[in-house]
Amino acid sequence: MNNLIPLILGMAAVTYGPRLIPFLMLTNKKTPKRVDAFLKCIPVAAIGALIIPGVFNATPDMPLAAISGMAFTLIYGLWRGGIIIPVLGSVAVTYFILFLGN
Amino acid sequence: MTKEVQDAFKAGIPIFIGYVPAAIAFGILSKGCGITFLECFLFSAVVFAGASQFIALNLLMTGMGPGGIILTTLLVNFRHFLMSAYLSTRIGRIARKYIFLIAFGVTDEVFSVLSFKKGQLSKTFVFILQLSAYSGWISGTVTGYIMGGFLPEILTKSMGVALYALLLAILLPEIKKSTKAVILVIASGLLNTILIKLDILPDGWTIIVCILIIASVGSFFVADDVQEEVCE
Repeated sequence: MNNLIPLILGMAAVTYGPRLIPFLMLTNKKTPKRVDAFLKCIPVAAIGALIIPGVFNATPDMPLAAISGMAFTLIYGLWRGGIIIPVLGSVAVTYFILFLGN
Repeated sequence: MTKEVQDAFKAGIPIFIGYVPAAIAFGILSKGCGITFLECFLFSAVVFAGASQFIALNLLMTGMGPGGIILTTLLVNFRHFLMSAYLSTRIGRIARKYIFLIAFGVTDEVFSVLSFKKGQLSKTFVFILQLSAYSGWISGTVTGYIMGGFLPEILTKSMGVALYALLLAILLPEIKKSTKAVILVIASGLLNTILIKLDILPDGWTIIVCILIIASVGSFFVADDVQEEVCE
């Protein structure tokens, strides 16, 4: 395969650009209320679209495995909160279901 | 150790734990695609963007040239433009001096944690969080490339759920507090599903359209909350 370094640098540039430019644009300016409300909704909207529908294809051979893992995260997370146990537990549950299915 | 540092590590460790398995998968795939160890390492060290790294490997295998892959990366990562726009309203005065460093580490998961942290974001908190994420991503990539062959396949497969679980776990406290948040999350996920099924947008743009539409709709509902906060 050809040298990939130029490709990697190009990818780095187009990744860094969109991450940086808003900081340069908005710094030190007060945003209008409507824009502020919009920005406030970005996290929830983004996370929703990042999880769904991707998660249904997280274990392509057996979608039920990933869904079971996420069910654990949902139930444990609502019950006790935290992040480490919900994350590690979801991997364990997914592993277990994949193991049973094979 | 100050409270801020402790909080940052508490928030950073889960990201580390979520990134290691995803990065291991990237390392394994890279090796399978025949790219060198250095190139694989540089992908993670210099680009530092999960989804687009995986997509780049796929496209390389299809024989696409660098121009097409870079354009795809731009499209896929453009959602971070919106995430940075949000974060730029949240970082503290001192942290502003470090925007060039902070911007490098704006990943989906770092953004998600930062966005639900209360109050202004300090440079200490942001940097510890981003370093946890970065070190997890790099160490996982290296581990995957070197050790990939020794890990049982079923284990690496089940690790695919880790990032989704991480995002969900970050989101849950927010969901518990507000029904509006639940509705927006589900609406965004449904819209994304529909857009992907329609297959009219390039990779990564379905998420951008979802953010734009759902956050616009949502802004009408939260306008009152925002006002409350300003008044506090």
